Amino acid sequence: MTAHYLVLSGLLFAIGAMGVLIRRNAIVVFMCVELMLNACNLAFVTFARQNGNLEGQIIAFFVMVVAAAEVVVGLAIIVTIFRTRRSASVDDANLLKY
Amino acid sequence: MESPVEIVQHTAGGAIGVSWLMIAFPLLGAAILLVLGRKTDRWGHLLGVAMSLASFVVAVLAFFELLGLSAEQRRQAVHLYEFIPGMADMGLLIDPLSISFALLITGVGSLIHIYSIGYMSHDPDRRRFFSYLNLFVAAMLLLVLADNYVGLFIGWEGVGLASYLLIGFWQFKPSAAVAAKKAFVVNRVGDFGLLVGMFIMWSATGTFAFAELSEKAGGLSQPMVTAIGLLLLLGACGKSAQLPLQSWLLDAMEGPTPVSALIHAATMVTAGVYLVVRSGAFFFPEGSPQALAVAIVGAATLLAGAIIGCAKDDIKKGLAGSTMSQIGYMMLGAGLGPAGYAFAIGHLITHGFFKADMFLGAGSVMHGMNDEVDMRKYGALRKYMPITFVTFIIGYLAIIGFPLLSGYFTKDGIIETAVEHNQVLGWLAVVGAGITGFYMSRMIFMTFFGEKRWAEDAHPHESPTVMTVPLIVLSIGSIFLGGYLILSNRLMLWLAPAVGRPEELPTFHFASTPGLATLALVAVGAAYAWMKYGRAEVPAVQPRGSFLTTFARRDLYGDALNESLFMRPGQWLTRIAVFFDNRGIDGVVNGLAAGIGGTSGRLRRIQTGFARTYALSILIGAALLTGALLLVGNI
Repeated sequence: MTAHYLVLSGLLFAIGAMGVLIRRNAIVVFMCVELMLNACNLAFVTFARQNGNLEGQIIAFFVMVVAAAEVVVGLAIIVTIFRTRRSASVDDANLLKY
Repeated sequence: MESPVEIVQHTAGGAIGVSWLMIAFPLLGAAILLVLGRKTDRWGHLLGVAMSLASFVVAVLAFFELLGLSAEQRRQAVHLYEFIPGMADMGLLIDPLSISFALLITGVGSLIHIYSIGYMSHDPDRRRFFSYLNLFVAAMLLLVLADNYVGLFIGWEGVGLASYLLIGFWQFKPSAAVAAKKAFVVNRVGDFGLLVGMFIMWSATGTFAFAELSEKAGGLSQPMVTAIGLLLLLGACGKSAQLPLQSWLLDAMEGPTPVSALIHAATMVTAGVYLVVRSGAFFFPEGSPQALAVAIVGAATLLAGAIIGCAKDDIKKGLAGSTMSQIGYMMLGAGLGPAGYAFAIGHLITHGFFKADMFLGAGSVMHGMNDEVDMRKYGALRKYMPITFVTFIIGYLAIIGFPLLSGYFTKDGIIETAVEHNQVLGWLAVVGAGITGFYMSRMIFMTFFGEKRWAEDAHPHESPTVMTVPLIVLSIGSIFLGGYLILSNRLMLWLAPAVGRPEELPTFHFASTPGLATLALVAVGAAYAWMKYGRAEVPAVQPRGSFLTTFARRDLYGDALNESLFMRPGQWLTRIAVFFDNRGIDGVVNGLAAGIGGTSGRLRRIQTGFARTYALSILIGAALLTGALLLVGNI
C-alpha cells in the first residue's frame, strides 16, 4: 500500500543527492538539500502510517524545524559569500583546504 | 710467629689525642693558599713550609709518646667522629707502622718543601705549587693514619688528586697535561680494584675498621680472602706503579722535580706497599696465593724497572725506572709475610731518603743547567757542583747497596729473606741488584764524570743554600738510617705490635751467599758502566742501539701494549656505539617521524576544499554503512 510513497521518497532523495553533487550554484545545491530533507520526511510519515504510531510524524516535525533554522543560517552565508566574491558557485569557495 | 697486638681505644690526651692536627695543619695551609689565592703570593711558600713543619712536630711528639708506652699498648685508636652512621667511623690509628710513615712523610716532605722554595723561586705560580704540596701531605697522612679502609680510601683518592695536579702543574706544556691525565686514568684502574675489594670486604664482614677486621677476617672462607687480597693488590699496583699498571710513573716526571722527589719516589708510590703491609694480617696470610702474587709482581717489576732504567737518557726518567725497581723490592718483601715486612718498610724508609736525595740532586743539576734533562748533555759536573755531587754520590752508593750504607742493609735483608722463602724470586732480586749497579753507575758517569758535553749557553753553578741543606740532611739519612734500623732488628721489634713478626728474629749476615753474590754482581755492573760510559766517550747523540736497548727505551713496550690491548679496542667499541647510535637508534626515531610526516603529507591532499567532494564522500560512506547493515541483516 505504502510502497509507492517510499519509492517516491527514494526518487526524491536520489534527485536531491544528484543535485548536490553535480550542481555548482549554491542556491540550487541548497534547494537540493531541502529536497533530500523532504524526501526523508515523506519516508518518516509513511513509516508512521505503516506502523500505526505517531513517532515518525513527530520526527518529521523536528526535521521541518531544523530545516527552517538551516535555511536561515545557510541563506545568510550564501548571501554573504555572494556579496564578497560576486559569485555563488560552490567550487569557487574552496580556500579551506590543506 | 707473633701476631699483631690488639688495638686499644686511646683515652688520655697528649700528642696522640690531637694527632688529627697532623692532617689538619697542611689541609688548612692548602685551604688558605687556594682560597686567598694571589693575595698570599708573597708569603704563601713560607706558610706551606710552616704547616708541613708543624705537622712534623706533632708526628715527632706522637712518636715519642708511643715510645713511652709498653708494646701491648702501642696500637692506639683515636675516635674522631661518626662518618657514615652504621658503616664507618672516622678515626685515626696511631701505631708503629702508621707513625713511621707519618714521620717519613712529614720529615722528607718538609725537606722537600724547603728545597722547593729555592727550586720554584722563579716560577710565578710558586704559591699554587705549595698549596698542592700541602694538600698532598694532608691526603697522604690521612691515608696512613686512618683506622679504617674508608678513611684510607679518601686519603688514597686525595693523593691521586694531588699527584694529578702536581704532574700537570705546568699545564701549558701539552706533555705535562697528557702525563697528568695518564696518571689519573691508570690510577683509576687500580682504584677500581681497591673499591671492589672493599665492597666484598663489607658484604663479607660488615666492617671497614682494622680493629674489627682482625677479629672477623679469620672467619672468612679461603677463596673470599684470596679475592679481596688480589683486588687490593690491583689497587696497590696502580698507586705503586707495579706491573701491569706501571706506565704512568715514567711520564709523571713531567712535573716539577720536587714533585718527582716527594710523590713519585719517596711517599705516594709507597702507598701500595703500605696497603699490602697494613692488610697483611687480614688478607695476605703468609704462604697464601695472594701473598705469592704480591711477591711475583714485586720481582717482575724490580727487573722491568731496572731494565728501563738502563736505557734512559733523561736523568729523571732513569731515576723513575729505578723507583719502580726499588718499589718492586718493597713489594717482594711485603709478599713474604711478617718476615719481610720489616725489611720492606725499612727499604721504604731508606729509599725515601736516598731517592729523594738523588731526585733533588737531579733537580739541582737541572737548576744549574737551564733545565736540561738529557744526560748526554751533562758531563764533568763534579767540579762545578761539589755539594750536589757528594750528596748524589752518597745516594748512589746507598741505592746500589754499597756495604754499610742504608740501602745495603735494607735491600740485602729483602734479598736474603726472599732467597729463604722462594729461591727463584730471591735470585731474580739478586740479578735486579746487579742491573741497579749498572744503570745507577751509568747515570753517575754520564752526569758527573767524563768530558763536558754541555749546550753552549750552559753555565753550571752550585744551587743556593736553601736547596743544598735538604740534600745534606737527606744524604746523612742515606748513610746511617739503614744500619740503625736493621742491625739488632730495631725496626722489626718496633713494628712487631702493628704487623707481627717471625718467632725467630733474623740475624744480619755480612757474608751470606746471596749477599756476596749481590755485591759481586753490583761490582760487575758498575765496572761495565765505567767501561762504557766512564772510560769511553759518551756520544752526544743517542746511538741506535740493539734490539734490547730499544726495548728498554720504549719502556718494554708497555705503552704500545696498553694501546693495542685496551685503547684501540676501546676506540673501536666507541666507534661501534656511535655508529649504532647514529644509524640504529637515531634511525628508528628519525625514520618514524619521517614516515608519519610523509604519510600525513599525502593524506592531507584528500582535503581539496571542494564542498561537493565532501558531499560525495559522505554519500558513499552512508551508502557503505547502509549496505553493511543490510548485509549483516536484521535491522
